[in-house]
Amino acid sequence: MSERAFPPEHSTERPTAGPVIELDGAAKRFRSAGGVHTAVRDLHMRVGPGEFVAVVGPTGCGKSTTLSLVSGLEPASEGRVLVHGREVDGIPDGVGYMFQNDAVLPWRSVLDNVAAGPRYRGASRREARERARDWVARVGLAGFEGYYPHQLSGGMRKRVALAQTLVNEPSVLLMDEPFSALDVQTRGLMQDELLRLWSGSGAAVVFVTHDLEEALVLSDRVVVMTAGPATIKGTFEVPLDRPRDAEEVRLTAEFLDIYREVWDSLREEVQITRERGAGHAA
Amino acid sequence: MPRDAETIEKAPAVAAAAPGDRGELAAIARARSAGLRRALGINAVRVALVAAWLGSWELAARHVIDPFYYSMPSKIWERLVGWFTDGTSQGSIWEQISVTLQEAVAGFALGAAGGVVLGIVLGRSRFLSDVCAPFIKAVNAIPRIILASLFIIWFGLGMQSKIATAFVLVFFAVFFNAFQGAREVDRNLVNNARILGAGRMQVLWTIVVPSATSWILASLHSAFGFAIIGAIVGEYTGADKGLGLLINHSQGVFDAAGIYAGMIIITVLALLAEYLLTLLEGRLLRWRPAVSGHDVQI
Repeated sequence: MSERAFPPEHSTERPTAGPVIELDGAAKRFRSAGGVHTAVRDLHMRVGPGEFVAVVGPTGCGKSTTLSLVSGLEPASEGRVLVHGREVDGIPDGVGYMFQNDAVLPWRSVLDNVAAGPRYRGASRREARERARDWVARVGLAGFEGYYPHQLSGGMRKRVALAQTLVNEPSVLLMDEPFSALDVQTRGLMQDELLRLWSGSGAAVVFVTHDLEEALVLSDRVVVMTAGPATIKGTFEVPLDRPRDAEEVRLTAEFLDIYREVWDSLREEVQITRERGAGHAA
Repeated sequence: MPRDAETIEKAPAVAAAAPGDRGELAAIARARSAGLRRALGINAVRVALVAAWLGSWELAARHVIDPFYYSMPSKIWERLVGWFTDGTSQGSIWEQISVTLQEAVAGFALGAAGGVVLGIVLGRSRFLSDVCAPFIKAVNAIPRIILASLFIIWFGLGMQSKIATAFVLVFFAVFFNAFQGAREVDRNLVNNARILGAGRMQVLWTIVVPSATSWILASLHSAFGFAIIGAIVGEYTGADKGLGLLINHSQGVFDAAGIYAGMIIITVLALLAEYLLTLLEGRLLRWRPAVSGHDVQI
């Protein structure tokens, strides 16, 4: 039922050697109260090593589902999902995932939260804490090691989550609207922080957001998704030089040009979603 | 809760707001003395209430009602003093207390451990919980106090039968909370742990158990009360030692003061246990944010 007459529009893809992430006609369906609900369908996407790809689309279209397919948290209903060339079956090696909602453990201090990953992966308590201490400092939380999450601000908790994910040194970093709950200034700061930490890590990033500005500030490539059931509508290269200053880059002429171009594509989908929402509300 | 007020001190937000100027220091001092006055006032009213209650009882028993049926504070006090100095009809009072306490604590420990383990296992396994659901509902519907009689037949008049009664009462109180706690673990936390590399057992130990802890601790408060009830009812049904037997004996000789005295001893034991459990809870749930809303307005 997902094989309808929509031609896949993934023609602008780069021909990268050995993609880290490969989606090949992937679809995900859920059983719902009224039968079967298709979240995403016919996804074709490749992400190369060290590439930063942003996925934008209307709210609730299935962007997060795409990430859960890649992370192995949800198996694909159809098609193939490959990470490092291997079919995803369970959680693949080298994957880091930052969730939309806080996933830090409220009963652990900052340091022990960050040390969780290495501990799970068999490091000794001392070694894990050492690595955690290093990452806590790198995300700018030195001095807060002993604090509990409830004692931190929203932005600081995001830093903890970031350190928790990065301490495992993922080669694939999946981010699901990680900064959407933050105020605008904190968000700008966190975007800069993310770019600083990512540059030189060589990690492939898939960053899901509904905020086009955020997508363009951060990424090399923006993938626009359609209104649900979502598939890929188009892909846009972002012609902005790195290193970027997250606050400054959005004021440049190039930024506005590419923003206009992508927004033209995204607008229709947002419109469709809005009309549906209005239909539900009425 | 005073526990929350204590943990606030550790919160950095308060420390960070440490004032530099005198105005603020004075305001804090004022607030502190206002809080102290308020606490004193509350305690004074409490003492007055107890005095009024005991006084009116004593007076009524001397002039209006029959102290043979209703007893009176001075007689109860006499009986308590007598028990502790001369011993009871069943022997030393300390021995009775120690027997009842041992039964309650053993039943509590076994029941809590069993309830926690089974609750978490069933809470995490859809299949097992579906299989067991009707049986658990049925067993829970049994008026469990009746089992005390059965346990006397099974285990005799000694401690085991009382431990078994306390166990049954505690087990279900703890089990349902542990089950709920294990079931309501934040999916996000579990997914995050799995991505970070946790296996099934690691998820269980580092995510599920700590998440369920606040549920379990909440149930332990009432569970210790149930353990004491179980021990006392067990002794009441048939025993050779214990506070329940003492109360039963007092009933048999129409000694109302003895019943009250036994009640008071049990109440003190339960309050002590409650205090210890609150300490444990404060220790285990240190990470929880202090409850706001108790702040004294400056």
